[in-house]
Amino acid sequence: MKRARVITFKIDGQDIGAHEDETILELARQNGIYIPTLCFLEGLSQYGGCRLCVVEVKGTDRLFPACTTYPIEGMEVFTDSDRLHGYRQDILQFLFSERNHVCSVCVSNGNCELQGLAFSTGMDHVEVPYLNPQLDVDASHPLFGLDHNRCVMCTRCVRVCDEIEGAHTWDVVGRGADARIVADLNQPWGEAASCTSCGKCVQVCPTGALFRKGASVAEMRKQATFLPYLSQMRAGWQNEEK
Amino acid sequence: MAKTITIDPVTRIEGHSKITIQLDDRGQVADARFHVTQFRGFEKITEGRPFYEMPSLTARICGICPVSHLIASAKTGDDLLAVQIPETAGNLRRIMNLAQIAQSHALSFFYLSSPDFVMGFDSDPAARNIFGVMQKYPDLAEDGIALRKFGQEIIELLGGKRIHPAWVVPGGVSAPLSEEHHQEITQMLPDALERIQRTLRWFKGVYETFDDETRTFANFPSLFMGLVDEEGELALYDGRLRIVDAVGNIVADQLDPSRYMDFLGEAVEPDSYLKSPYYKPHGYPAGIYRVGPLARMNIISRCGTPLADQEWAEFCSIHRGAVLSSFQYHYARLVEILYCIERIQQLLDTPTILSKHVRAHASPNRFEGIGTSEAPRGTLMHHYKIDENGLIRWVNLIIATGHNNMAMNQGVKQVAQHFIRSTNIEESMLNRVEGVIRCFDPCLSCSTHAVGQMPLHVQLIGPDGELLDEKVRG
Repeated sequence: MKRARVITFKIDGQDIGAHEDETILELARQNGIYIPTLCFLEGLSQYGGCRLCVVEVKGTDRLFPACTTYPIEGMEVFTDSDRLHGYRQDILQFLFSERNHVCSVCVSNGNCELQGLAFSTGMDHVEVPYLNPQLDVDASHPLFGLDHNRCVMCTRCVRVCDEIEGAHTWDVVGRGADARIVADLNQPWGEAASCTSCGKCVQVCPTGALFRKGASVAEMRKQATFLPYLSQMRAGWQNEEK
Repeated sequence: MAKTITIDPVTRIEGHSKITIQLDDRGQVADARFHVTQFRGFEKITEGRPFYEMPSLTARICGICPVSHLIASAKTGDDLLAVQIPETAGNLRRIMNLAQIAQSHALSFFYLSSPDFVMGFDSDPAARNIFGVMQKYPDLAEDGIALRKFGQEIIELLGGKRIHPAWVVPGGVSAPLSEEHHQEITQMLPDALERIQRTLRWFKGVYETFDDETRTFANFPSLFMGLVDEEGELALYDGRLRIVDAVGNIVADQLDPSRYMDFLGEAVEPDSYLKSPYYKPHGYPAGIYRVGPLARMNIISRCGTPLADQEWAEFCSIHRGAVLSSFQYHYARLVEILYCIERIQQLLDTPTILSKHVRAHASPNRFEGIGTSEAPRGTLMHHYKIDENGLIRWVNLIIATGHNNMAMNQGVKQVAQHFIRSTNIEESMLNRVEGVIRCFDPCLSCSTHAVGQMPLHVQLIGPDGELLDEKVRG
């Protein structure tokens, strides 16, 4: 297979050599430069939905999501500035205000990516009004539960179920703040015939939205490290077939 | 002319409340009421949540006694799972409950109530607080702080944090006790024991000087209720309910707490958010009963630990039959702290306490569960109904303070009648009216007004609604 062309560009003043088919986020990580992410997960396709990984590019005012943007020769990327920091805090505030996130009584308290991002970006207040939507818990599945109150619509569950498990049980209905994760044809999860009960969605969920039944507060620890292994193995098979 | 005196807010208690005192035409107290002015709504807001979250959700009812709710809620969870939890898990929960009771009693006795004993009920309110105690009796204040720390540290060593630990779960506890923490707790016990014995000696030396208060602070016949084990010993974690009357006779024994609805009714008064439970066979309001340390000392056949049993025998000698004055709640609290320390030692000595098997796993096997334990302030009951997916559909919580509601009201009236004899309000009179409430250590929520000036708001209102006199402090 022919490898993409090699280019050079800069992230935060550091010279980076890259293949054209690598995203700014991948390259930053390879070079030890931290960019916060939420919807991105190594091993899954890029979604570019959460916008936490936005970066600045010299010569334009537009912000670019690092997870879906590819560098070009001579590009100068900046990953950290007051402006970016402010936007990232705003995004987190919107996420916290959109649903009912109560860390102190959440199964993922202390092991939550959303909570971790709030800590690391210093988001200590929510300055926008809370929407306080009335949302249910889907506890119809025998092993797992889905609490819409804690969902951030990152769609990792949708992607892992489709791309890795191949079941495509999960999908999204509605738009904007009304968007919801649904199982099969908007059925209770326990009645979704396509679900194989593999639990991958639970492991990749960044918050306590998907959880193992019986887990009490702060007991959920997600384990998503199986993903890169699975996706690489699968990419290997596909290459062999070609 | 008839008048109403309002004490709002009541100070040095946990939570928000007010007291109204109605005076008749001659300026005598006609009636007095204790109103709980805060509404929490936990029974409603937990609907729809997985029952596994209930211990941590209900623990948020209170920052002083979260452990009590954790335990009652987790026991309700055990009931829903229909499992027998491992023996070690039960003993570890017991230790945490004892530590909780010790620290809460220390808070009530030393921080909230000892200023009245040390400075006197008539002293200047500006100095009548824990800082005043520190200046006058630094040793006493230090003992109080140390005993509270003792309880809180055990909670932290077991559960990972002092307030709202998530360690008590349906089916047991989430982590076993390590050898290192076992040692740490063991080493803390002798110091705590010495401090509580010193405090007991001091209190026994001074309480007789509060003769007036002892006679009038909710001193009336009533029933007393609490948990005892099968031999009638003090049972704070589990057991069955025993009810004794004012003479000390056992009215009912070994009642199954999960059948509480058969023998306890809950009346609702229009002027308070706190319900008024009563003993059904005696009817409302004759079925008035008290719970908490005083009640427990009155119902038991013995404590079950050597030093506490000696103190208990001395406590019982105060009065023939049951000890009726609620002023003795304070004394009872000290005896219970002593019991807690001794009992923790006994539990730490059980051979299986370090066992790693501390949790039973199951799916819910019942749709209705009830959990009962003794909280610092008395019998605490959680009652849940769930659907087939384990989501909460209905909750009833009977909090210890609720059981005492009728007794607190009667106590307020009694003390007001004794101390308020004219329309001109003296601060010391009002402090005694509040003092009777403090005896019960009501936990109306999790906030306290212990420090600084006394925020007191008193209004004298004429029969036509005209404001005759007003005093605001704080």
